[in-house]
Amino acid sequence: MDNKMYKKRAWVLRILFILMGAILIIRLFNMQVLDDKYKTMAHNQAVIRKVIYPKRGIILDRNGKSVLANRISVDLAVTPVKVEDFDTSKLCSILGITTEEFEERIEKAKIQNGPLRSSVFQKFLTNKQNARLQEDIYDFPGFELVERSLREYPLGIGSLFLGYINQINRGMLETERYSSYRSGDFVGITGLESVYEEELRGTRGVEYWVRDVMNRPQDSYMKGALDTQAIAGENLHLYLDADLQAYGEELFEGKIGSAVAIDPKSGGILAMVSAPTFDPNLLSGGDLGKNFSSLYQDPTRPLFNRAIQAQYAPGSTFKPITALVGLDVGVVSPSFGMGCAGGYYGCGKRIGCTNTRAGHAANLKIAIATSCNSYFCHIFRLIVDSKQWQGGKQEGIQKWHDYLRSFGLGNTLGVDITGEYKGHVPDRAYFDKAYNNHWNSCNMVVMGMGQGEIDATPMQMANLMAIIANKGHFYIPHFVESIGGNKNHPSLEKYLEKHKVLDIQEESFDAVIEGMEMVVANGTGRVAQIPGVRVAGKTGTVENYDVINGKREKLDNHSVFVCFAPVEDPQIAVAVVVQNAGYGSTWAAPIASLMIEKYLKSEVSRTALEERIKSGNTIKKYVYTLDSIQRAKDLKREELRNADRETKIRLRKQQDTMMVKYILNEYYDMKID
Amino acid sequence: MTHYKKNLLLRIDWLTLLLYLILVGIGITAVYSSEYSSLNQEFWDFSRSHTKQLTWLGISLFVGLLILLTDSKFFYSVSYLVYVLGIILLLLTFVLGGSVKGSNSFIQIGGFSFQPGEIVKVSTTLALARFIATPELDYSLWKNRIISMIIAFLPCIIIILQNETGLALVYFSFILVMFREGLPSGILIFGIASIALMISTLLVEAIPLLIIITAIAILVSFLNRKALRNNKIFFVIVGIAWFVAVMFSQVIVPFVFKNVFHEYQVERIYTMFGQDVPSEYLKPGSTPSQDAEYNVRQAKIAIGSGGLSGKGFMNGTHTKYSFVPEQHTDFVFCGIGEQFGFIGSSILVLFFVMLLLRIIHLAERQRSTFSRVYAYSVASILFFHFAINLSMTMGLAPVIGITLPMLSYGGTSLLSFSIFLFILVRLDADREVLIR
Repeated sequence: MDNKMYKKRAWVLRILFILMGAILIIRLFNMQVLDDKYKTMAHNQAVIRKVIYPKRGIILDRNGKSVLANRISVDLAVTPVKVEDFDTSKLCSILGITTEEFEERIEKAKIQNGPLRSSVFQKFLTNKQNARLQEDIYDFPGFELVERSLREYPLGIGSLFLGYINQINRGMLETERYSSYRSGDFVGITGLESVYEEELRGTRGVEYWVRDVMNRPQDSYMKGALDTQAIAGENLHLYLDADLQAYGEELFEGKIGSAVAIDPKSGGILAMVSAPTFDPNLLSGGDLGKNFSSLYQDPTRPLFNRAIQAQYAPGSTFKPITALVGLDVGVVSPSFGMGCAGGYYGCGKRIGCTNTRAGHAANLKIAIATSCNSYFCHIFRLIVDSKQWQGGKQEGIQKWHDYLRSFGLGNTLGVDITGEYKGHVPDRAYFDKAYNNHWNSCNMVVMGMGQGEIDATPMQMANLMAIIANKGHFYIPHFVESIGGNKNHPSLEKYLEKHKVLDIQEESFDAVIEGMEMVVANGTGRVAQIPGVRVAGKTGTVENYDVINGKREKLDNHSVFVCFAPVEDPQIAVAVVVQNAGYGSTWAAPIASLMIEKYLKSEVSRTALEERIKSGNTIKKYVYTLDSIQRAKDLKREELRNADRETKIRLRKQQDTMMVKYILNEYYDMKID
Repeated sequence: MTHYKKNLLLRIDWLTLLLYLILVGIGITAVYSSEYSSLNQEFWDFSRSHTKQLTWLGISLFVGLLILLTDSKFFYSVSYLVYVLGIILLLLTFVLGGSVKGSNSFIQIGGFSFQPGEIVKVSTTLALARFIATPELDYSLWKNRIISMIIAFLPCIIIILQNETGLALVYFSFILVMFREGLPSGILIFGIASIALMISTLLVEAIPLLIIITAIAILVSFLNRKALRNNKIFFVIVGIAWFVAVMFSQVIVPFVFKNVFHEYQVERIYTMFGQDVPSEYLKPGSTPSQDAEYNVRQAKIAIGSGGLSGKGFMNGTHTKYSFVPEQHTDFVFCGIGEQFGFIGSSILVLFFVMLLLRIIHLAERQRSTFSRVYAYSVASILFFHFAINLSMTMGLAPVIGITLPMLSYGGTSLLSFSIFLFILVRLDADREVLIR
């Protein structure tokens, strides 16, 4: 049979083959070039984006001791929806739990975070558990090991100023500062952790991994071309002396109050004690929430950083400032003296003076040493009523205000931790308003002796000492000396700037310092004497009041002491406040003096004094009462609100019953009781 | 016989062999790169697929050499014998066969498993060629046509019984040979048209499909306008075909899918193509199953993610990390598509088309009918494998286990295609000789 007849069918087949090839190529073009969906699908399926969290910077004291470090802990996390059937008994035996507990925890995870999201199944695995799970984790689909870095406070000191980190909250996420954060990220909440968040956190890295069909990461994607390195956070070096801080916290046991020590030469904070304090490790790790709320409810308010948040009248410790202003304004000279027989009568009503000895206000030096109230009330009035003010007393009081403001009072200093309070210095407008424009220097005369309308934080008081020690200038008190070894880091710029307090003459400071040295040498602060160290200080005993059981009651005086040392070359300026503890010389002065000795000599020779201070307890019962009164009020209000609701319901029911009875009675002649 | 060259080497069609070697080379590259590999593995590790495949290539080339050294008349004379032997071998698998992945079509010899169905393709081809080349055979008689069909489809039936449907379907490619030898063209047209209509009904949306069908009808009428003028019946046939096609794709399938089939049945049909079920066939409130046929979905992702120029050699994330099942056997093309992209894949397709056209060219220059029919059989079988395998990896055809010739991992497959081609080349070397 001849095949010529069907020869053209060869062409049919050729065309069929070419056509098929064309269809396939068109399909390929469609899938590979035109359609992007497969690329996205492939990427989603095979590439994992893994965020690499950098090591958070640690915090070191002036001697290189770490006060805040990192500890790695491993958690076992579970994504409930991915959990498949496997031998749970093996996992349970590794973790040491029962299978019922296992089921329970899975259910809990579902409720807590939803079945699609990963929740912590067991926190803080032991090294042994971790090692066994590392090997076998792929036998337990749905489970994964999550490393996390915990903050650790090796010395257990400085809880309030070091601060703590926690998961970022929603409010913070909405602010611009934290706009790059995601829910679940950890962030510094308070203290240095918060202020230096940007420096401590480092830069997050991203790694892209290719995974296989079993979900196991296999290889870096595109040989790591898209990856970014995690850059570890910077370490902070503090001025803090960890030993001094620990010693201060120890001295403050059983007391309420605070102590601040500053290096006047740099403004560096050497110690900041706020008592009662707590172990900062309580706010790291799993029990943060629980511990926080128990600290929050403590009547002694340990979370309240008294060093920068408590505002006290400075009392007699303020007298050197009054003297400085008086000298600078020119209303007195260092030799100015006056007679005082135990009271100031210039304003009619007597203002008591604890010293009745003749000649205790013979000149400025002696007046400071004996803490004569009359003398400083008088100076205050001289300042305000001075003839040199064109605008009279109004201008006088405003000038007084301006002086105090330039001493760093009445406003936040700008310390590098969060939550600083302003204190209070009234200006002219304040008094105009308070006294309806009818006032004279007698109305606020006690300001001259640091009482009345003036409030300062211990931090501000310590800064006043630094100013006097420096004879007229200060640096904003701050903790951080260098960031990652860089002392000129942009975040530290404002702390390198020298602040001059107006133009007060050096002679004025010399006179005041002489007086303050006399306070310690043979005045009210003799207890603060340190063998071989010239200390200049000033005691204070501050009256304070609160409302107990509806009555304004005078509470025990605050014991206050401010000082600096050594006089010839000041290295440390200290302010100490012990609340409701009595005379300044009883508690505050010894604490300040012991801290100075500890700092300058690193050994304390006066062990008897040390022992007395350590064992003393000055916490008064009314602290608890004051707190419980507040709490009782809150409780009552809550109860009342609930009771109201119930009463309303009861009333409504009563009304309904009455209506029914009325209807039955009126329309159906039925009597029901 | 003026052009007859004495030297066998000069008579061999080297182009065919070159294309063969290129394709095998691409195949081994794909198998090597798509194998799950941790770093630091030896290339010459004989437990790995690509080295096994290289071994099979060695065996194939050796067998090929033997074939080239054999007299071309030998293949003619043993064709019926090997056909019978092949059938016996197929039947033997029922007795000796070990089950590999649910099919009973393998025989285990040592470490290698061997699939007689692959080899029987060769013997069937020889027998079919021999029958059609029988001197004075009138292939226009239905008796002879039916005998040829029995020869072609007897192994097919046995293989279906072995549960290896894909392999069995390959035997339908002999229809193309028979068409070339005189089977009425209507059968071929009808067959291809039906398959095309069924697949496009599933893959193309209703309105575009209506336009395409209508366009084809108009085009066919236009091309045959002379015949139309003389023969009204042809016009009626085109009209009926158009009507049936439209009814089928626009009315019957939607109606059946909506009202007759259960949802899972509809889903099954779509998932064979790796497609999601169109929303109109879903009952309200039910969610479509997320995993439409996993293989095809993954294959499509792997190929599609290759882009224009691919992810680069050894950078195929999907094939390397076992996302695509069967990625070095049936879905070997995924590795090419992912690593070498559109450019690489198209070149591969072009190589195949070139080989197919070359084989037709060889077929048409044969003096003996035996060689011609044999060559067409080779072309048809290769074409069927190539078209169906690539279509199924791209979701254009349902997934039936059919290998990609020369490329897929699998010794028997490589060996059988090698034997096919080497016999073809050997016969072609004697194209001036009347083999009978």
